[in-house]
Amino acid sequence: MQEKFEKNAFLLIIGIVITVSIGGLVQLVPLYTLESTIEKVDGMRPYSPLELAGRNIYIREGCYLCHSQMIRPFRDEVERYGNYSLAAESMYDRPFQWGSKRTGPDLARVGGKYSNDWHAAHLTDPRSVVPESIMPGYPFMAKRKLVFDNADEHLKTLATLGDPYSEDQIANAVKDVQTQGMGGDGTEALLQRYPKAKIGDFDGDPSRVTELDALIAYLQMLGTLVDFTTYKPEMDLR
Amino acid sequence: MMAIKSVNALSHYTDWTIGHVHSGALGWVAFVSFGAMYFLVPKLWKRERLYSLQLVTLHFWIATIGIVLYITSMWISGIMQGLMWRAYDSLGFLQYSFVESVEAMHPYYIIRATGGILFLSGALIMVYNLWRTTKGDLRDEPVFGETVTEPATASAGEAG
Repeated sequence: MQEKFEKNAFLLIIGIVITVSIGGLVQLVPLYTLESTIEKVDGMRPYSPLELAGRNIYIREGCYLCHSQMIRPFRDEVERYGNYSLAAESMYDRPFQWGSKRTGPDLARVGGKYSNDWHAAHLTDPRSVVPESIMPGYPFMAKRKLVFDNADEHLKTLATLGDPYSEDQIANAVKDVQTQGMGGDGTEALLQRYPKAKIGDFDGDPSRVTELDALIAYLQMLGTLVDFTTYKPEMDLR
Repeated sequence: MMAIKSVNALSHYTDWTIGHVHSGALGWVAFVSFGAMYFLVPKLWKRERLYSLQLVTLHFWIATIGIVLYITSMWISGIMQGLMWRAYDSLGFLQYSFVESVEAMHPYYIIRATGGILFLSGALIMVYNLWRTTKGDLRDEPVFGETVTEPATASAGEAG
């Protein structure tokens, strides 16, 4: 039989397809019996429009190449970065930003660890706050006005993919970008729509919303949505 | 190996992965491609042989040394990085801040850059060699594989 398969390319292809599909089916079929592979966790919400814009900048600048967003359940990682990452915490990430290399530290829970001023200084000139840093500076971001006039379209697209954006959120998306980056009227309504969102002037330039505002708004919410004082890992068990 | 949890716990997120990948990318894929180019270019341009086989040898050794520097520095620094991140002091606190591990990487990044530059120079030597080959030039050099015979009288004279 070995000889038959080896001498007949077509037969060999059939054999390979059968072997590979057994392996594939064993991995795939059990997943179809589950309703969802991600457990619901309290506190998770889709990104606010400004955070989403910041996330897009994070991807555009390739931050994920040097920074991971995935804390593994090891003692040293939990002590260094915070509670290990939950699957639900990247459920609204398309694509996820887990990364695979830590040239710089993990950012999964960087939110709230540093002030807005620190981030603005660090992103403009990293060596001004961390002398040993080898991160490149991004001084242009403070000078560039954020272009995100089609925020509502972004939200609509994500909604078609299953992100639970409400009509209220989509209708107010363009306005919410300005509100979150400048403060002022409508902050309460915004917090209703996006609980725990950080609001205010992030980059030290109150006159307009820049790319730096968006990126810092995103960094400041990373890993802050789930309240780990009340989160019980046992809830994960079925 | 890298799928084993305790290995991955140490190696993942570090430069170990980078060293590992480059040993395959530079040492295997690139060298196979270089060999194919050296074989194909004289055939495609219908030349007698390559412009210079000595330059091929030079390319081989320069690239090999480059790879060795590149991957050994990445392997060592990767393991060091992984160990620094999980090191505890006698009081049970994390011993190093993240930026201390960044600082410790510095010499290894210099070795890595040196290795990379060597590898790149090797590739440039190849480009030059192939370019001259397509032009139909032949470098005046001893033909590869031909033994250079020493005059027998010289050694006999000394012995006497």
